[in-house]
Amino acid sequence: MSAKNKCIYVGVDVGASRTKVAVLDSNKVLIGHSIRKSGTDFNQTADICLSSALDMAGISQDDIARTISTGYGRKNVSFSDGTKTEIGCHARGAYHYFPMAMTVLDIGGQDNKIIKLDDKGRRLNFKMNRKCAAGTGAFLEEMSSRLDIPIEDMDSLARKSREIVELGSFCTVFSATEVLEKIRHGKKVPDIVKGLFLSVIKRVLEMDIMSDKVVMTGGVVAHNPFLVQMVRDISGKDVRTPEFPQLTGAVGAALFAMDE
Amino acid sequence: MSEEKKADRKQFASGKLLKKIMADHFYELDEASRTGSKKIAWCTSVGPAELLRGMGFLVYFPENHGAMLGSTRMATELIPSANAIGYSPDICSYLTSDIGSYLQKKTPLKAAYNIESVPKPDVLVYNTNQCRDVKDWFNWYADEFKAPVMGIHTHRELGDIKGYQISDIAKQIEELVPGLEKVTGKKLDIDQFKETVGYSRRTSELWRGCLESASAIPSPWTFFDATIHMGPAVVARGTKEAVEYYEVLLAELNDRIKNGVGAIENERHRIYWDGMPVWGKLRALSDQFTSLNTCVVASTYCNSWIFDQLDPKEPFESMGRAYLELFIVRDEAFKEKYMKDCFEKYKFTGIIFHDAKTCPNNSNNRYGLPERLSRHFGIPQLTINGDLNDMRCYSEEQAKTNIEAFIEQLDERA
Repeated sequence: MSAKNKCIYVGVDVGASRTKVAVLDSNKVLIGHSIRKSGTDFNQTADICLSSALDMAGISQDDIARTISTGYGRKNVSFSDGTKTEIGCHARGAYHYFPMAMTVLDIGGQDNKIIKLDDKGRRLNFKMNRKCAAGTGAFLEEMSSRLDIPIEDMDSLARKSREIVELGSFCTVFSATEVLEKIRHGKKVPDIVKGLFLSVIKRVLEMDIMSDKVVMTGGVVAHNPFLVQMVRDISGKDVRTPEFPQLTGAVGAALFAMDE
Repeated sequence: MSEEKKADRKQFASGKLLKKIMADHFYELDEASRTGSKKIAWCTSVGPAELLRGMGFLVYFPENHGAMLGSTRMATELIPSANAIGYSPDICSYLTSDIGSYLQKKTPLKAAYNIESVPKPDVLVYNTNQCRDVKDWFNWYADEFKAPVMGIHTHRELGDIKGYQISDIAKQIEELVPGLEKVTGKKLDIDQFKETVGYSRRTSELWRGCLESASAIPSPWTFFDATIHMGPAVVARGTKEAVEYYEVLLAELNDRIKNGVGAIENERHRIYWDGMPVWGKLRALSDQFTSLNTCVVASTYCNSWIFDQLDPKEPFESMGRAYLELFIVRDEAFKEKYMKDCFEKYKFTGIIFHDAKTCPNNSNNRYGLPERLSRHFGIPQLTINGDLNDMRCYSEEQAKTNIEAFIEQLDERA
């Protein structure tokens, strides 16, 4: 294929926890994707993810017209042609799936983001979590380890809850102590897990005021869809998620790649 | 591989003179400290320096030392020593790093000027207009050095300033005189005092001129340049040398304006910075904004050393006014109006607030001001969480990403 005919656009989102690659064709259709733990060698992980996503799409690296990287490790991707912040990419990706004025609510491995967009998809403002990682995926990972519950079981456990156990502390470590205290008092694990979900949601919702339409993205939502239902119930807002919430930033990056 | 664009900062010819003034300041203090040739007064950054200098003291500013501890990134290692003796990590990190520096016998003066330690005080004089922490800070050293400590206690949360409030501060300043005379062993020479006030006034006028030169488009300098060049406005105000320095600097800035030379190549965005500098990351932040073709044109912080209310004809009264009309002691309504005036002057397109963990008095984002200003101007605002000196409170990657995303947002609006 000649350079002129290159028609594939790649977005790479190197997050603190996971690396995501999205491959789009010229019609902005997602034709390949891949997700792996970011590990310590971001460039190598990005390479492996790219190969896997290209295999899925049935194309080769020669077909790639342009690549944009984003996320915490965005400047460590050797095959990238440029970078954009994850805030910009999540906004772009969310607007691609839901072209409307909205609040994007992204819960990632270490970062939470709240991004407000107008009906043209332009950013009005954004906020990220302050100072610590309470209310992010790292909080749930720590709790799953402390409670010895596989992280992938948390969503189904939370759904079984009949009486939520609320946690008071901001601090992840102190929350763990509080959880142990609840267990000692005979509280049920599903109720505690739902309480952990509620803690995540509270940390996020207290960051800013939500607009009427909310789009939730990120790995935590991808693996714990019950969180979306809970946000819907608590906020009373129209809350949606893309088909692959964890890929939203990578898709946004690929869309930026199409700009030039 | 994508790489950050290399930052190209423009140097100032007046930088050499700046270095000389700062070096002379510390050498003179060190000599006096070692030989007792002159009396030394420690003074808070917005304390009554004119009176002290006018009475023949050499004046040392611990906050300036605090900023040096921050910018040399020594502070974070020193703070725990002060924490250990009971000074909380949540209070002023100038205080904790400075006391930690004393306890650990480490000072940036050693590497910069081969000076072993800060000068010993003969007297310590504070003004609580900055915060209450300065009083505790000076009290600790007064006890350590067995030196007298005295101070001015300011009014706070001021809207319109009343005559009685100014008179009160003026009276408090005047009441320092007998105690200071006891230290110097000499009577106040009113003419020397007035001359000092005159130099300080002139320094302030020139400093204001320098800061306001940033209203030019493109701006001839940045907030980061100003934080360095404000040194003499802090430590040498009230001297002829400071006046001469700012004459040179202002001429250089005006020359840049005349020749259309901007501090930032292809200045695309203009930002207002509220709050303290992140001293330990000053260079990194300056480089980031430069690489994003963004000029931080103005700041509340650098404006805080403009005292052009000073009047040699009424030295006490005018000092009372100058040190009471400061931004930091004013109420929210004044602060909001002040920033609106700055917006008109500097034509910025975004505002960044630095929420300094250990400096609530200089963190103006905590009562809804960013949101109110953003709504009023129709421009975006961003809050960066960090600290002036304690880098444990600053997550660099988070801050960098926030700033980069903020500039992307400004790009979308352009």
